[in-house]
Amino acid sequence: MATDSGGSVAQPDGVSGFVSDWASDQRAFKNVPWGKAMMWIFLLSDTFIFGCFLLSYMTVRMSTTETWPNASEVFALSFGGEPIPLILIAIMTFILITSSGTMVMAVNYGYRKARAKTVMWLLLTALFGATFVGMQAVEWTKLIEDGVRPWGNPWGAPQFGSTFFMITGFHGFHVSVGVLFLLIVARKVWRGDFDTEKRGFFTSRKGRYEIVETMGLYWHFVDLVWVFIFAFFYLW
Amino acid sequence: MAHAEAQAGSHDIGQQHPLGIYFKIWAWLFVLSAASYAVDYFQLEGALRWSLILIFMMLKAGLIVAVFMHMMWERLALLYAIVVPPLLVLVFVVIMALESDYTFETREIFFAIGP
Repeated sequence: MATDSGGSVAQPDGVSGFVSDWASDQRAFKNVPWGKAMMWIFLLSDTFIFGCFLLSYMTVRMSTTETWPNASEVFALSFGGEPIPLILIAIMTFILITSSGTMVMAVNYGYRKARAKTVMWLLLTALFGATFVGMQAVEWTKLIEDGVRPWGNPWGAPQFGSTFFMITGFHGFHVSVGVLFLLIVARKVWRGDFDTEKRGFFTSRKGRYEIVETMGLYWHFVDLVWVFIFAFFYLW
Repeated sequence: MAHAEAQAGSHDIGQQHPLGIYFKIWAWLFVLSAASYAVDYFQLEGALRWSLILIFMMLKAGLIVAVFMHMMWERLALLYAIVVPPLLVLVFVVIMALESDYTFETREIFFAIGP
């Protein structure tokens, strides 16, 4: 069985459980399917990538002698009246959090083997994700029209443009890949691949509803990264 | 097969929890996001602004990892393997902060003099 958890051997909890798991001279991550452990390790490596991006942003912002553009004004939008600071970014934040919630619902209904509901929640999540990317495209267009380039902008430190395009671009790429990933998983759920344990075309492993949870881990991670980008890039 | 199904329903393999906790966390994430947006909307400044931003950020990140990504229900072996390494990035942050301070000061001196 692919997801064998190590049989009926007693597993201590707490710190002694951690020691015995890591010292067990076999698989260290008990009770976790292979795909899920691998997804976590991938996300850990992705954390370092985004960590280094934000770190380089901190470094250039702290070391520049020019004033840093005020994000609150740069990303303000006006709907006829006074410009509202950061309003588009705030809406994007709420959309991404909403999509995290719909993803949780999909995982939950997946484990209940409620196929139609799982597909519906997955598609809804993908729709919110696509909306997010769309709004990001609007944001980029507006900034490029304002004259922001990776090498300069009208308001101050030229590093603003390069870090903005790199960080939000890489995050937007993650969201786009996530939408694609969601659509693939939704199609598999709809076909019943996880009920018939149909083997995947790429990994040849049996289809299981755990895949929906693994997909969810990726999606929540994208939301997680946005939490940090929102705090450090837009609010700071 | 029966064995596998019995396990899939338990907390050990499939992470299945009552929907109530997810709705609660979902609501909290909305509240925290609104709060961090309010920090900018009301133009809070200085230490108050930064501490509020960091607090709301850490709370949101913690709730997402703990509940939405099910980390609070995982065994410590996985939790330590995933959560501890990113904390070491903080060391890198300190190093780069010192370095940028130094760069900034040399720039202040030499850009003021000019070529």
